[in-house]
Amino acid sequence: MLGFFVGEMIHSLFLINLSGDIFLEKHWKSVVGRSVLDYFFEAKEKAVNPEDVAPVLQTPHHYLISIYRGKIFFLAVIQTEVPPLFVIEFLHRVADTFQDYFGECSENVIKDNLVIVYELLEEMLDNGFPLATESNVLKEMIRPPTILRSVVNTLTGGTNVGDMLPTGQLSNIPWRRAGVKYTNNEAYFDVIEEIDAILDKSGTTVFAEIQGVIEACVKLTGMPDLTLSFMNPRLLDDVSFHPCVRFKRWESERVLSFIPPDGNFTLMTYHVSSQNLVAIPIYVKQNISFFETGSCGRLDITIGPKQTMGKTVEGLMVTVPMPKAVLSVNLTASQGNFTYDLATKVLVWDIGKLNPQKLPNLKGSLSVQAGAPKPEENPALNINLKIQQVAISGLKVNRLDMYGEKYKPFKGVKYVTKAGKFQVRT
Amino acid sequence: MTDSKYFTTTKKGEIFELKAELNSDKKEKKKEAVKKVIASMTVGKDVSALFPDVVNCMQTDNLELKKLVYLYLMNYAKSQPDMAIMAVNTFVKDCEDPNPLIRALAVRTMGCIRVDKITEYLCEPLRKCLKDEDPYVRKTAAVCVAKLHDINAQLVEDQGFLDTLKDLISDSNPMVVANAVAALSEIAESHPNSNLMDLNPQTMNKLLTALNECTEWGQIFILDCLANYTPRDDRESQSICERVTPRLSHANSAVVLSAVKVLMKFMEMLPKDLDYYGTLLKKLAPPLVTLLSAEPELQYVALRNINLIVQRRPEILKHEMKVFYVKYNDPIYVKLEKLDIMIRLASQANIAQVLAELKEYATEVDVDFVRKAVRAIGRCAIKVEQSAERCVSTLLDLIQTKVNYVVQEAIVVIKDIFRKYPNKYESVIATLCENLDSLDEPEARAAMIWIVGEYAERIDNADELLESFLEGFHDESTQVQLQLLTAIVKLFLKKPTETQELVQQVLSLATQDSDNPDLRDRGYIYWRLLSTDPVAAKEVVLAEKPLISEETDLIEPTLLEELICHIGTLASVYHKPPSAFVEGNHGVQHKGLPGSAGSAESESPDAVSAGAATEAPAAVIPSQGDLLGDLLNLDLTPPATTGPLPHSGGMQMGAMDLLGGGLDSLMGAGFGAPPAAMPPAFSAPVSGSLYDLFDLDNGVGMPLGSFCPPKTVWLPAMKAKGLEISGTFVRHAGVIQMEMTITNKAMSVMTGFAIQFNRNSFGLAPAGPIQVPSPLSPNQNIEVSLPLNTVGPVMKMEPLNNLQVKKTLVVFLFRQVFLATWKDIPNENESQFQIKDCHLNSDAASNKLQSINIFTIAERTVDGQDMLYQSMKLTNGIWALAELKVQAGNPNYTVSLKCRAPEVSQCVFQSYEAVLKN
Repeated sequence: MLGFFVGEMIHSLFLINLSGDIFLEKHWKSVVGRSVLDYFFEAKEKAVNPEDVAPVLQTPHHYLISIYRGKIFFLAVIQTEVPPLFVIEFLHRVADTFQDYFGECSENVIKDNLVIVYELLEEMLDNGFPLATESNVLKEMIRPPTILRSVVNTLTGGTNVGDMLPTGQLSNIPWRRAGVKYTNNEAYFDVIEEIDAILDKSGTTVFAEIQGVIEACVKLTGMPDLTLSFMNPRLLDDVSFHPCVRFKRWESERVLSFIPPDGNFTLMTYHVSSQNLVAIPIYVKQNISFFETGSCGRLDITIGPKQTMGKTVEGLMVTVPMPKAVLSVNLTASQGNFTYDLATKVLVWDIGKLNPQKLPNLKGSLSVQAGAPKPEENPALNINLKIQQVAISGLKVNRLDMYGEKYKPFKGVKYVTKAGKFQVRT
Repeated sequence: MTDSKYFTTTKKGEIFELKAELNSDKKEKKKEAVKKVIASMTVGKDVSALFPDVVNCMQTDNLELKKLVYLYLMNYAKSQPDMAIMAVNTFVKDCEDPNPLIRALAVRTMGCIRVDKITEYLCEPLRKCLKDEDPYVRKTAAVCVAKLHDINAQLVEDQGFLDTLKDLISDSNPMVVANAVAALSEIAESHPNSNLMDLNPQTMNKLLTALNECTEWGQIFILDCLANYTPRDDRESQSICERVTPRLSHANSAVVLSAVKVLMKFMEMLPKDLDYYGTLLKKLAPPLVTLLSAEPELQYVALRNINLIVQRRPEILKHEMKVFYVKYNDPIYVKLEKLDIMIRLASQANIAQVLAELKEYATEVDVDFVRKAVRAIGRCAIKVEQSAERCVSTLLDLIQTKVNYVVQEAIVVIKDIFRKYPNKYESVIATLCENLDSLDEPEARAAMIWIVGEYAERIDNADELLESFLEGFHDESTQVQLQLLTAIVKLFLKKPTETQELVQQVLSLATQDSDNPDLRDRGYIYWRLLSTDPVAAKEVVLAEKPLISEETDLIEPTLLEELICHIGTLASVYHKPPSAFVEGNHGVQHKGLPGSAGSAESESPDAVSAGAATEAPAAVIPSQGDLLGDLLNLDLTPPATTGPLPHSGGMQMGAMDLLGGGLDSLMGAGFGAPPAAMPPAFSAPVSGSLYDLFDLDNGVGMPLGSFCPPKTVWLPAMKAKGLEISGTFVRHAGVIQMEMTITNKAMSVMTGFAIQFNRNSFGLAPAGPIQVPSPLSPNQNIEVSLPLNTVGPVMKMEPLNNLQVKKTLVVFLFRQVFLATWKDIPNENESQFQIKDCHLNSDAASNKLQSINIFTIAERTVDGQDMLYQSMKLTNGIWALAELKVQAGNPNYTVSLKCRAPEVSQCVFQSYEAVLKN
C-alpha cells in the first residue's frame, strides 16, 4: 500500500504579490477558482509580517502550501496527501530558476517574461511530477532571455526554445551536458561560512553554530572528473552534497569526488555545531534602558574585536527593532551612520570597518510616547559583518585535482565569513 | 521588448484582433499572437473563443510555437471537446516524429487533455511510446499511464498498460524506473486492494539500485515506496537501512525526510543491542539538525516531524537542545514549534539552560509566543521535578512584571504545578491573590478560583475573594461558573460557619437562574449532598486528587506509530492520521510499525493491530424522582475541549473512576430510602469487540449476526437497589445497538425508565428513547435493544475535574492506557516475583484474579507462554500494572509489577499469590 497521490501533486500555482494581487496562475489539471485563496488572504491579513504566514494551510477541500520569496508568495494548491516538503522544495526551485533566468525574482521581472515563465513551469512539472529542475537542462530547452538574443530572434525569426533533447536529461549525470567547450578553463570555489549565534546580555554565548557552503563556478571543457580534498576534513560531520558528489568516496576517504555541472552550483553545505569550534569575532557592550518616568530611555552600544583570526572585520552593521513606543532617537555615532525608521521602528547603524584602536560607539537618548507604559520587551541587536579570506571554522581546502581531461585549468579558492542570524540580547 | 506589452491591449476588439493575427500568413506574427493569447491566459483572462484559430497553428515545425499551442490546448480542451478532436491527428503524427523531444511532448500533452474522445486515440501512441527506444520518451509515457488511469481506469487495465508499467520497474534507466514507481504508486492509491506494487526482495533490490542514480524527485518517490515494504528479518532490514543512509546527506530536504521515514520504520526491526542500531541512531541526528538551517517553510515541516520523532525516539536528539533555541527573527510558526520540542527534550541535565531561555522568551514582543513560553515553564516544572522550585520562582518573577497576559498564563500553569506537587509551593498563594483583579481571561479566572477553593483554609479572605467573583456570575463563562460553584462548596465544607450564605447564593444561582444543564446538574448534586450528608459531601468534594501526569499532550502511542509511518506527509504536519482528513482518499490503510523480531525487549503487545478502544460510559436512569433524573448528567469537565475521536490516554481514568463506583458510593451515602429508583452507572468493559464495532470506516456493516459479544453484567443488582442490567454492543446492518437485559430483582415495581448517555469519546448517543414497558414487576426481566448513533457530543475526558470521587476497585483500563502507563512508569519501579506451584491455566488464573478486581486487559501468547497484562487500582488511588507469564506445564508463574509507588509491589504480589493458590 502506498502512501500518497503522486500525480496531480501540485494542482495549481498562484503567484501573489504583497498587496494581494494574483499576477500569475497556472493549472496543471483543471482550473481551480480563485476563491480558494480566501483562506490564504485571511491568514495573510492576520499575520503581522508576510514572513509569518504559515506555510501549510488547510481549507475544506484543498491544502495551500506557500513560500515567501522576493516579496512574492508562491502558492501551490494541493488536493490530496503529498509530502509538503516536496512541494516547498519544488516552489523554492521555481523561485531559484526565475532568479537564475532573469537575474532576480520579482513581480516585475516575472511579468516582463510571462511566456518564458509559463514555458518553464510547464517544463518543470508534468502531472505533478517534477520533470526538469536542473538549471543546465532547462537552459538547453528554454534559453534565458538576453538582449542580444531577442534582437537576433526578431531579425531571423529564431526561437527561445531548443529543439534538441537536452543531453543531460537522461544520462547518469543529468546535471552536465555533453560537448561543453571553453577557451579559458577555470574552476573557482568559494567557501562561505555564516555564523548563527545568540549572545546574552553579559556577552556569554548562548548558542552558536556555523552554516557553511561551498559555491563553485566551474567552466571546464569536456567531462572533467574533479577531486577536492581538505586539510581538516574532520571538521565536517554534518554535510549535504550536490547530487554529483560520490558519497562512497566521501565516506571512505573524506574527499569530494565529482563530475561538476557546468557553471555555477552549490557543491556542498555543511554545519559545524560543536560550540568550541565556533569563534565569535566581536564583542558587544550595550545598554538599552527605559526610565519609569519621564518618557525617555538611554542607548549605549560599543563594539570591539574578539576572535577575528587576525583579519579585519568589515561591513559591520547593527539593526535594532525598537519597542513600538519609541518615537524618536537622539544619538551620536563615533563612526558610521545611523537611521531610525519611524514607521517600522527599526534603528540601523551602519559602521563599516572595525578599527581595533578606536572602537565604534553609538549613544544617546530615546524618547518614548508620552503616557505610554514603560516598554516591557527587550530589543535584540542583530549584527551583520564580514571577514574576508578566512573560514571561521578553520576549514581549508588542500588541493584540487582533475582527471579525465588533458588541459591545465585555472584553479582558485576564496574564503569569506559572514554573520548569519547573529543576535545579541539586551 | 518584454512580455508586458501583451497586457496593453485591453480595448474591446482585442479578441477580434488576435483572431486576425493568428490567421496571418507570417510565422513570426502568428507566434507573437499565440504568445499574447498565452499571456492573457496566465493572468486568468478567458481566451477560449480563439480555440479553432490557435489549434490551426499547431501543425508547425517550430518547436516553440508547437509548445505554446500545446499549453493552450491543455488549458481549454476540456471546455471545447469537439474542437479538441481537431488536434488529434497532429498528436498522433507527432508521436512518430524522429525527434524524441517531440514524441515525448505529444504523448505528454495528450495525457493532459481530459476528453474521452481524445483518450481513445491516445492508446496506440502510448503503447508505442512505452516501448520507445529513447528513455526520455519512456519515462514520459510512464507518467502518462497514470494520467490515463485517472481519466479512465478500465481502459488502462483492458489495454494491459499496467503490466507494461510493472515491466518498466526493471528498466535500465533509473529515471524511467523512478517514474514507473511514481505512476504505479499513484494508481495503487486509487486501487487499495490491487496487488500492483508487489514488493519482494527482487524489486526492492532494483529500487535500491535505481535510488542511487535517479534524480532527487525520483529518489523521493522510491523512498516513499520502500517505506511500504516489510522486511523479512532484521538482517534484511539492516541491509536496506545501510543502503538508504547515504540519502541523509542529500541537499534536498524532502529526500532527507523520506529517508528518515524509511530508517525510523525499519529500525523497529533491529535488535537494540546491535551495534548498528546505535550507529544508525547517531546518524539520524545531524541531518535533522541541518533541516533547521533551511528556509523557514522547510523548517516548519521539519519541526512538526521532529516533534513526532522525539516522542518515539527521544534519544536521537537528546543532546541537540540548542538548535531549537528560538531566534527573535524566526517566523512565529517556527518559534512555536521550537518551543514545543524544547519541552519534549527538557531533562534534568539541560533544564537550567532551558529555563534561562524560556525566561528570555517571556519578555519577547509576540503575545502568542510569550504565552506559550510561560506555559512551557510550567510544563518544565511538571516534567522535571528537580526544576520545579526554580520554575516556580521564575513564574513569580514573571508575575511581578504585571504584564497582563503573562500573569494570567502564569496563574494557569501554577495551578497545574499545585496539582503535581501538593503541599509544596502554597506559600506563593498570597502573591497570586494580589493579581486577582487583573485576570480577565476565563481560563486564568477559573484557575485562580480553583486555587482559592482548594486552599481556602489557608487564605484568610477566601470568602471575600470568591464573593467578588460571584457578583458577575451570569456574565462568566461556563468554565468559570463551574469552578466557582465547586470552589464555594469546598470553602463551605472547610469553613462551614462563615460561608453558609455564600454557598446558598451560589447554589441558587446555579440551579435556578442558570439554563446551562451542566451547571444546574452539578448544583443539584452539591445541594442534595450537602443537605443530606455533609460528611459524605466532604469525602466526595474534598477527596484527594490523583496526581496529574508528567508529560502533557503526548500523542497517543497507536497514533504516533501510524504517524511515524507517514513522516514527511501532510498527516505528519497535522498530527492526524491520513484517514481523518484527506479527502477522496479511497481506503486509506492504517500503517503500523513492524514489530521488533527476536529482540528480547517486548515493546508493545499488539502494537500494530490495536485500534483505539476506549470506553463508552453510559448510564441508564429509571427516572422516578424529578431530581434524580438529572443527577447522572453530571459532567466531568466544562465542555471546553472536544478532542479528536480516537483519542485515549491517561485521561479516561478519572472519568471511569467516577462512573464506575463513585456514584454508587455517593448514592449509598447520600440517599437513604428511595425504593427502586437508583440511578445506576456502569462502564462497558468491551475492549476488543468495541473496536470492531467502531471501525466504521469500512462503510457497510458486518453481516448480520457475524459477531456478537456475549452480554456481561454491567450493573449488578446489589449496587443498584435491585436493578440489574447486563448488556453488550452489537451492530446490525450498520447500526450500533446496545442490547440489554434489565431485571428487576427488587421487591417492588419499577417504572419510568429512561436512558441517558454521558458524553463519551465516541460521541455515542441513543438514537431514540428506550422502550421499556413499565411497570416492571419484581423478578421480571426484559430484553431491550437500543439503537445508537454517533452524533452525540464528542468529549475528550480530562483529568482536571473537580468532582473527584472514588472508593472503588472497579476500574477498567484498556490497552492503550495500559501501554502508555506501562511505558510511563520508570523501569526502576518494576519488580518481579515468582509464584510457585500454581496449577492453573491462564484463563482460570485470569478469572480468579478478576474476582479480586484485577483485570486482564490484554493477553497474547509468545513462545508458548501466555502473557496476561493486568491492572488494578488500590483504594488509595495507586495504580499497579502487571504482566503475568504463564507457561503451560510449568507451575511457576512470573509476575512483573510496575507501579509508581514501588512500596506497594510486595503487597500486591502477596494478594496475587493468595488468590492464585487458593
